[in-house]
Amino acid sequence: MNEKIIVDVSHVDKYYGDNHVVSDMNLKVREGEFLTLLGSSGCGKTTTLRMIAGFEDPTSGEICIEGNPVAGKAPFERNVNTVFQSYALFPHMTIFDNVAYGLRIAKVPKADIATRVSDILELVQLEGFERRYPAQLSGGQKQRVAIARALVMHPTVLLLDEPLGALDLKLRKQMQLELKRLQRKLGITFVYVTHDQEEAMTMSDRIAVMHDGVLDQLGTPEEIYERPQTKFVATFIGETNIFEGCVNEVDTTKRISVGLENGNVTVAPQEGFRFGEFVTISVRPEKLRVSLEPREGFSLYGVVRDYIYVGSVIKCNVVLPNSNEVRFERLAGDELPKPGEVVFPYWEPDDCVLIHNRDNELYTALESIRLV
Amino acid sequence: MGKRLRGETLAAFTMVAPAALWLFVFVAVPLIYVLGLSFCGQDEFGNAVFEFTTKNYANLLNADYLQIYLRSVLIAGATTALCVAVGYPFAYIIARTSSRHKSVFYMLVIIPFWTNSLVRVYGWKTFFSGTGWLSSVLMGLGLIDAPIDLLYTTPMTVFGMVYCLFPYMVLPLYSAIEKLDGSLIEASADLGARRSETFLRVILPLTSSGIFSGSIMVFIPCLGYFFVSDILGGGNADMIGNLIERQFQSANNWPLGAALSIMLILITIVLVRAYQRMGGDMDALGV
Ligand SMILES: Nc1ncnc2c1ncn2[C@@H]1O[C@H](COP(=O)(O)OP(=O)(O)OP(=O)(O)O)[C@@H](O)[C@H]1O
Ligand SMILES: [Mg+2]
Repeated sequence: MNEKIIVDVSHVDKYYGDNHVVSDMNLKVREGEFLTLLGSSGCGKTTTLRMIAGFEDPTSGEICIEGNPVAGKAPFERNVNTVFQSYALFPHMTIFDNVAYGLRIAKVPKADIATRVSDILELVQLEGFERRYPAQLSGGQKQRVAIARALVMHPTVLLLDEPLGALDLKLRKQMQLELKRLQRKLGITFVYVTHDQEEAMTMSDRIAVMHDGVLDQLGTPEEIYERPQTKFVATFIGETNIFEGCVNEVDTTKRISVGLENGNVTVAPQEGFRFGEFVTISVRPEKLRVSLEPREGFSLYGVVRDYIYVGSVIKCNVVLPNSNEVRFERLAGDELPKPGEVVFPYWEPDDCVLIHNRDNELYTALESIRLV
Repeated sequence: MGKRLRGETLAAFTMVAPAALWLFVFVAVPLIYVLGLSFCGQDEFGNAVFEFTTKNYANLLNADYLQIYLRSVLIAGATTALCVAVGYPFAYIIARTSSRHKSVFYMLVIIPFWTNSLVRVYGWKTFFSGTGWLSSVLMGLGLIDAPIDLLYTTPMTVFGMVYCLFPYMVLPLYSAIEKLDGSLIEASADLGARRSETFLRVILPLTSSGIFSGSIMVFIPCLGYFFVSDILGGGNADMIGNLIERQFQSANNWPLGAALSIMLILITIVLVRAYQRMGGDMDALGV
């Protein structure tokens, strides 16, 4: 993997009035990668993208593109281009004129414009649409024009703000693959915004998960899924079971034991967790097991409530004594406990993720009086 | 099927009938009356008498009148141009500002709309006359020695027209500019355009409909706003409107006045047709 940093966002904060929209954002985008900003609505993804594009200024902090600070540079002075969520095609211009717009502004010779526009339209499979107007295109076609219009400028970075948001599911899946193919082929760095975790998982080289203006975790899709570092990341990406509790035994060579409201559980030993600390445990449904006998190191129990058949997978809900539910998955055909039966949930100590629970209210209260 | 159709026709008829009746009584009848009047002659007292004649129309082409038509078109043209020049930036700012005061600006344009323009034009007369405020203040400041009287000139008439018709320009401009999607402006900047290039290539073409409708809404009434050229132009800047008014009020030549009115109506129809041909939106004219 090429390690050259092409966009460097460092210690960037953004306020709208009193509204702290982005806080202390640090993000290094590598050359040629497909990086996705993922997060729920209103978490500051668009704002981050707009600061890179030059439509908003950071309240503090610095953004460098290709090693040069871009503070005070207008969008047209930055070698980045944006694909807008609303496409923002010029309605009074033909597709050709839309795509040629930036080249004409840059005073590229006429003959070059013609070849570059037709090459890029071929790339996005829109040959023959040159004379049409945007109103005469479907959503997916408009989307391609918007991408072509940005790509024809040969940007070093292409910024895309939920470009597939307005398309129906099937077309979106198809365009995801197409976009990924384009990005591979051209080797252009993509910074892509979405709130759809599945989309992020399929397309990205790396994902930056944002939550309330904070960058929670940056990593490959696998890292994000397998080793979430915050409770938000664990719950936002895929389905998971969350347990909150307190470390009640640390044996760094063998195991860490955690006390939950419904009993004790065991996780694999790891550095950085202290006795008495509040923690969150995330266990994916496919990793959660149940047994008819109590297992060593686990004292959870519950009652099987029901099964849901989803294709070849069976999802099973188990109700714990405090009426919380946990869910596990099995393949169809596996032997299963019956509804109403008492089971003992457990997992292999390596199959769960242990997360510091810093936003636990009790922890914060204790911390404020310096007890931890 | 035939029965149903008749039922529908009847329903449609009962819905349209009151409006049609209203239009007939208040629009068609007066128009037909004016049209008929324009082909009448006069008795020795000046009263209109019916005797089919086209002499009123022939009289429209007299040299003095031609000069007045020309002046009317020039004044209306100048008024329209000034309204665009001042109104466009004005409408742009109020349409695109994110300020909380947006509605205040908007109201500043609308409120004069609701008050009688005759009263307001008289206000300007006292402001600009030789013994008026402007003159007194300038003299008080020692900037001029003798009173200046700006009244009764063509520029003064244009000023009054711009003042009266400005809202008719700003409102269509405002709605055209407000409809403009801000992301288009950003997309243009993103593709390398400077503000001036964005204005010429994106903003102006996409708001030209507002300029069109605004111009129609200013140019046409301007030809007929006789009281403005009367009060501020004082007979030195007569326009078609004054000519018509005079036939009815002082010259007592109603048939000629009617012929002039018909001509003005025809000009209006031609202009509106041209506007429609160029793809103008009739709703934007509020007609
Ligand atoms: N121009 C603005 N003025 C004031 N507040 C704004 C402005 N733009 C965005 N915000 C606020 O900043 C926060 C983050 O907005 P942003 O558009 O970055 O969210 P997002 O992550 O892109 O969300 P979505 O997925 O819904 O597009 C929101 O609370 C929003 O209300
Ligand atoms: Mg957004």
